[in-house]
Amino acid sequence: MAISLSMSSPAFTATSPTDRATDGLSATEIELRERFVRGLAGDATQYRHFLDRLGAHLRAYLRRRLPRAQADVEDILQETLLAVHNARHTYRDDQPLTAWVHAIARYKLMDFFRAHARREALHEPFEDDGSLFVQSDVEPADARRDVGRLLEALPDRHRLPIVFVKLQGLSVAEAAQRCGISESAVKVGVHRGLKALAARLRGSA
Amino acid sequence: MKTDDFIAMLANEAPPVDRRAPGRRFALALLIGFAAATLLMAAGLGLRPDLATAIHLPMFWMRLGFAACIGAAALSLTLRLSRPGVRIGARWAGLAAPIAAGWAGMAVVLAQAPAGDRLPLLLGHTWHVCAILIAVLSTPAFLAMLWAVRGMAPVRPRVTGAAVGLLAGATATVAYCLHCPEMSPAFWSTWYLLGMAIPAAVGALIGPRVFRW
Repeated sequence: MAISLSMSSPAFTATSPTDRATDGLSATEIELRERFVRGLAGDATQYRHFLDRLGAHLRAYLRRRLPRAQADVEDILQETLLAVHNARHTYRDDQPLTAWVHAIARYKLMDFFRAHARREALHEPFEDDGSLFVQSDVEPADARRDVGRLLEALPDRHRLPIVFVKLQGLSVAEAAQRCGISESAVKVGVHRGLKALAARLRGSA
Repeated sequence: MKTDDFIAMLANEAPPVDRRAPGRRFALALLIGFAAATLLMAAGLGLRPDLATAIHLPMFWMRLGFAACIGAAALSLTLRLSRPGVRIGARWAGLAAPIAAGWAGMAVVLAQAPAGDRLPLLLGHTWHVCAILIAVLSTPAFLAMLWAVRGMAPVRPRVTGAAVGLLAGATATVAYCLHCPEMSPAFWSTWYLLGMAIPAAVGALIGPRVFRW
């Protein structure tokens, strides 16, 4: 309480560079969190904006972390975005979105490091400065791995629901009719299919 | 596939997320685990014959409380570890407290006993089966909890595995308390804890493999 009072006194109102960085960080946190929470409630447009913005932040984060493996950045980015999507039900309302996303990004990055530990030392010593939302990078490079092709390799029970619902944008009911299965089976197929896709991305980085 | 298209695919037709589903899943796993441990105990080992009188002894409830408090702490850890970016911090103390209390009880009992009685207090009559029986009874709870946590996103799989194992062990121990005749804190602070440590060690061992996502 005492701290917040003294912070708002005139002596502290001049913005130093540190203050501005802190403000920028929390503004991003607030905006992204708002979009993400609306996405959880079913607002696809807000969710799309969230993933776009998050993708740009993750790209900058990964490019900083992987100075010697720039060609892998887009692959790990896609893998991390899929992980965020598949784990979106694990977000707790009382936690900062930054902490949640950062833990996922770090987990996926460590996974990559482990998988490539023998190939070469790709990375600078890994320090976690928690600055995920400070920079953003909207210039995508080409992904090395084609997720579309991995998707094609999934079994029909996973592939068809994803292709119809997520790629062609059919309704769940239409997809159910085309696949000849129930609507709930289509939903389960999409859900499990995206998890299966994540498992294949993990094995092919 | 370009990242933009990939994002479009993820966002397309992303239905509302049921925020209560994880809680229901954990509750179900806990219920199944405890019910199965109790049934296994009742069918395979039997309730202790003097249960009706034993429940009037304070030590019966202290022993049950020991297992229940460790279980509650392990549940809290498991719930937090199964979500990315949730800090544990001071919550480790919630696990240390009942263990420390049990050991304090053991120290008092052993200090007050004559030298020749100390080893019998520590070993009781069932030390050679206690930990193994708890570990066996914990199997259903262990599997049910693995299932629940696999639906989440643990980023520290080894620690999460240990927490799941400890939770399963504590669940089994609560059930085992209804069978076990040993009442000395010297006994249960040692052998119950060892029984819980077995599934916890198994969890730590297999965590990195079963919790990959």
